[in-house]
Amino acid sequence: MQDVASVKNLSYTYQVTSTSFSSRVLENISFSINEGDLLGVIGPNGAGKTTLFSCILGLLKDYRGEIRIFDQDIRKNSSVLKSIGYIPQQKSIEQTFPATVDEIVSLGMIGKENISKEKVASSLKMVDLSDQMHKRIGELSGGQQQRILIAKALVSEPKLLILDEPTTSVDVETPNKFYTLIKNLNQKNNISIMWASHDLDAVNKIANKVMCLNQTMFFHGDTNEFFGSNELIRMYSESSMQLHMHSHSNQKKKELDSIYIQGHVDTP
Amino acid sequence: MVFEILQYSFMQRALLSGAVVAATCSVVGLFLVLRRQSLFGDALSHVAFGGIAVGLFTSIYPIWTALVVSVLASLGITKLRQSTKIPPDAAVAIMLSSGLAVGIVLIGLAGGFSLDLESFLFGSILLIGMQDQIMILLLSAAVLLIVFKLHKQLMYVAFSEDQARVSGINVTRLNYLFIGLASLAVIASLRLVGVLLISSLIVIPNITAMMFGKGFKKTALISIIIAVLSVLIGIVISYVANLAPGGTIVLITIFILLGTISAKSVTKRIKMRKDIKMVESH
Repeated sequence: MQDVASVKNLSYTYQVTSTSFSSRVLENISFSINEGDLLGVIGPNGAGKTTLFSCILGLLKDYRGEIRIFDQDIRKNSSVLKSIGYIPQQKSIEQTFPATVDEIVSLGMIGKENISKEKVASSLKMVDLSDQMHKRIGELSGGQQQRILIAKALVSEPKLLILDEPTTSVDVETPNKFYTLIKNLNQKNNISIMWASHDLDAVNKIANKVMCLNQTMFFHGDTNEFFGSNELIRMYSESSMQLHMHSHSNQKKKELDSIYIQGHVDTP
Repeated sequence: MVFEILQYSFMQRALLSGAVVAATCSVVGLFLVLRRQSLFGDALSHVAFGGIAVGLFTSIYPIWTALVVSVLASLGITKLRQSTKIPPDAAVAIMLSSGLAVGIVLIGLAGGFSLDLESFLFGSILLIGMQDQIMILLLSAAVLLIVFKLHKQLMYVAFSEDQARVSGINVTRLNYLFIGLASLAVIASLRLVGVLLISSLIVIPNITAMMFGKGFKKTALISIIIAVLSVLIGIVISYVANLAPGGTIVLITIFILLGTISAKSVTKRIKMRKDIKMVESH
């Protein structure tokens, strides 16, 4: 089976401009996605999921290691990135944004040779929103807006879809509908998917592979193997807790620092 | 009386230039508003003021000096913002105050305000000469053509920079180009509307158009219609009533905005009453 994407020894450090402060977010990550994979990426906030996606999408270029899409190094051949569709972690779209659903979906075809209304219509049909075509995107619910973004990604006929916590802004009833859509896109349309989520139950149900990220990667393999092992789940929970406490203590330290900077002690 | 006014060649020039400038400002303004850079037009016009002062000080046609200074300053501030991560509002403040500072210092050196400078600050119909008109038409045509060609890319960037980047758009290059185009639009409008009121012509018609709740193309069209009508009516009224054209034009855009807000509020109330009656009848 062909590798859709392969990542080797990927590390990324955020450098704060004009200061010496730096923060390593990813360390020595290696994995690959095969054709037809639905890879659930799990990890606590701050684990590096969005950073990993940003590197794969070419949004962050100063990483160490190698990322290949369809066996092409993305640094040497960035045009291969056009085969990726991306649905970001996004708060709801501004209500006044003046664009109709079909105008937003057709943005996905920019740079493609064959721009057709039929493609827009068929993409909207795939996400079950054909009847909303002429509505303004700001009038739709959070869940519908996310499906519109998927339709926008689908018009460019991607081979790999990257979804970064797509249900974050979705209303309570919608996630199940959304998960069914993801599963269908993977199985019926044969699109490989990388999907970051905090919903372990949903990942267990629909992903065939799981990657646990916690700055380093401590598991990548079959979903059944991960969720069938109490030991792995315990390790995952402990490591998530450690990262949470670490980021919490950093936040506390920052608060204390700011108090220290702002405070003033009079000279006796 | 209106027909009589239209006989004057200076008025014909003002109306033609005004309509073209209005369309250009509203088109560029839509993207500025969507990018949350509404005040960028203000900053650009103040930098242009510095450029005008350079022209008056060196006795070079002020529009050309304003053009060079504005384009260079806008590209420079964009580069500075990207390399130092200065917040956008702070970048606007830097541009605005430095443009004004250069202008004030040079005007002081040149011996104070002249009639010509005043016309650049507040706009003037009478002073639009043939050279100005050619400049306005050329700059506006260039801006409109490029924006028309790239409107989908610009809309994509306004919608989401990251998603536009992933789809292969060179966002950095497009941002530089767009800021350059916004500078050209401001320079084209200088003579007519004046430095102090250009940003209103860029922002207000678009805010009004967005209230109609339409898609992108229709919003752009409504904004152009509002801007062009405001400018044409404003020019005629300002001539008849001997008012400053810039101020008159902006006041008309504000009247249209207030009218739209009121109409929307009335429509909403009528709809609510209808809904309540329907619920009651059931």
